[in-house]
Order: sequence, then C-alpha cells, then structure tokens
Amino acid sequence: MSAAAQITLAVVALGITFWVVRLVGLRRLRSKYALLWLVITVPLVPLAVFPAIVDEAGKFFGVNYAPALLFSLSSLLLLGIVIHYSWELSRLESRTRRLGEEIALLNARLDDAERADDGEGET
Amino acid sequence: MSAVAVIPAFNEEAPLGDVLAEIAEIDGLVPVVVDDGSSDGTAGVARNAGVACVRLPFNLGVGGAVRTGLRWALDHGAETVVIIDADGQHDPADVAALLAAIDAGAGLAIGSRFAADAGDYAVGATRRRAMRILNRLVRTTTGFAATDATSGFRAMSRPVVEYLACEYPVEYLADTVEVIILVRRAGHEVVEVPVSMRERAGGVPSARRFRLAFNFLRLLVGIAGGVLVGRRDGGRP
Repeated sequence: MSAAAQITLAVVALGITFWVVRLVGLRRLRSKYALLWLVITVPLVPLAVFPAIVDEAGKFFGVNYAPALLFSLSSLLLLGIVIHYSWELSRLESRTRRLGEEIALLNARLDDAERADDGEGET
Repeated sequence: MSAVAVIPAFNEEAPLGDVLAEIAEIDGLVPVVVDDGSSDGTAGVARNAGVACVRLPFNLGVGGAVRTGLRWALDHGAETVVIIDADGQHDPADVAALLAAIDAGAGLAIGSRFAADAGDYAVGATRRRAMRILNRLVRTTTGFAATDATSGFRAMSRPVVEYLACEYPVEYLADTVEVIILVRRAGHEVVEVPVSMRERAGGVPSARRFRLAFNFLRLLVGIAGGVLVGRRDGGRP
C-alpha cells in the first residue's frame, strides 16, 4: 500500500470517528449506534498505519490473499449491523403500534367520560 | 405544590406499598409513581395508596421513567424534585437532608452511600471497581469529587428539572453519571449528601459483566461527544 493511500485511509477513519462522536454530542445520534460505527472505524486507523497487520493475520488464518480476510470481516460486521437494524426496526414497529392503540383507547375513555359528564349536566 | 417525589417502578408491586407508606409520612412531599411498563400489579399498588401513577405503555428503562416523572413534576408546579427507588433501597428518612441541600442553593443533591458519615454499605468487588472508575471519570471531566456517581437517590431544583426534562439521558449509567456532568456544565452547583442505603442483593453476575462493559463504553462515547461539542462552542459552561 502506498504512503498516500495509507494517509488517506487513516485520515478518513479518524474523520468519521470524530464526526460520529460529534453527532452524539449534538444529540443527533444515540451513543449505542455510535459505538457500533466506532467498532469499525477505530481499528481502521492502526490498520492504515501498519498494513503489515493484515498480511500477518492472513498468514495466521492460512489465507493466500490477505486482503480477502479484511473484506470478509468487514462484510460480516456490516451484515451484523444490518441484522441489528432489522431487530431495532421490529421493536420500533411494535412500539408505534402499541402507541397507536394506546391513543385510540385513551380517546375512547375520554369520549366516555365526556358523555358521562354531559349526562349529569342534563339531569 | 413544593416538592414532588418521583418513584420509577418496574415490577415492584411487593416493596412499593411500604415505600409509599413511608413517603406519605413526609409533610409537603407529593409522590408520583412512574410505572415503567410493569407486567405485575405495580400500578394497582399506587392507586390503592391514593398516589398519582403515570403508566408508560412499554418499558423505557429507569432513565426514561425518571424523565417522564420530571415532566409530570413540572406540569404540577414542583419547586423541587426528589427521585426515590421503588425497591426500598433508598430510605425516605434521608429525603429531608437532600431537600435541605437544594434549599441551600444546590441544583443537584446526590445521596451518597460512601460519603463521610454515610451508613455502611457493602458491594461486590466488580461493582466497587466500576463505581470507583465512574467517580474518577466525573472528577476528571467536571472537577466535582463524586463518591457515589451512580447513586439514583437525588434531589433537584426546578431550574435543573426544567433543563433535564428535555436533556435527560435515558441510557443506563448515563442516566446517573452523565447527568452530573450535564448539570455541572450547565452551571449548576452539585453537592453530595451522606445517606444510608438499605442492602440489596449485591454482586454482579458474570453474564452481566459484558453488559456493564458495553454500558461503560457507551457512556464514554456520550461524554466524549459532550466534551467535543462543548469545546466547539468555545467552552461554554
């Protein structure tokens, strides 16, 4: 890997890290999702500075083309994140449904209470 | 209405009745139970005791329940708010000392198990180590020498309640530790009041250690974000 590529990767990884942490500070991103992304961007910095780590890891796992290890690892992480999102989405969906039901039931109780009040007023 | 006691409760039907009875003996303190999506008779216990009960449609966690309680307190004109656990761990006899600290001008008064003159309270080794790290974290970020940063037994002045009602972090650990940092940075005084807490089964099961580590990392990211943004606006208090 050329020095230019190394520097670019390190700068991009650091940049995303700061951006994510800043979004948390601005309360635009919940810290649990930030943690998810930091798990990916933070290890990228040492990898960019010492690309030999990838080759060593490839040798250790007996992979001929070491970068393939990196690609499979990153796709696995991304797959994990997407599955996590589906799980969160399912939770949110059931919660919005519950909220809708709750409001409908509250409306019904309010109608009942108002009708009871009107009835008392007439008699 | 001067003081409101916010009592977050999640499946606490057994201990809640006694806690409410003890709180009822304190003059001028209006209790509100926030039922955090309990599946047992928590709301019924509150209703039978004649105590206001805000029922959440699903579990929002302690932080979410406390935030709901703070908003209820604001709606009902509270001048001070005290937060008390529903499990009987917090002794209502200490409420007076917490409220006195607020009357003396503090924005946030934290009931500390470990302050000088506090009662004995034993915790497991892992929890104690975690607590020590969190106390140090508060000290390095704010300069406030906390001895019990994770204590949920607290009182707040109305300005702090107004500030926290929309800013209150709902995540576990952040709902206690980060709150101290936020309140300090907003320019309010934070003090500790020695309290005696009643023992609960202590120790952290090993399965929860991973969770504790996750919550700790999450808290660090949250605090780092606050520090980063704080610096960007020119170090506003």
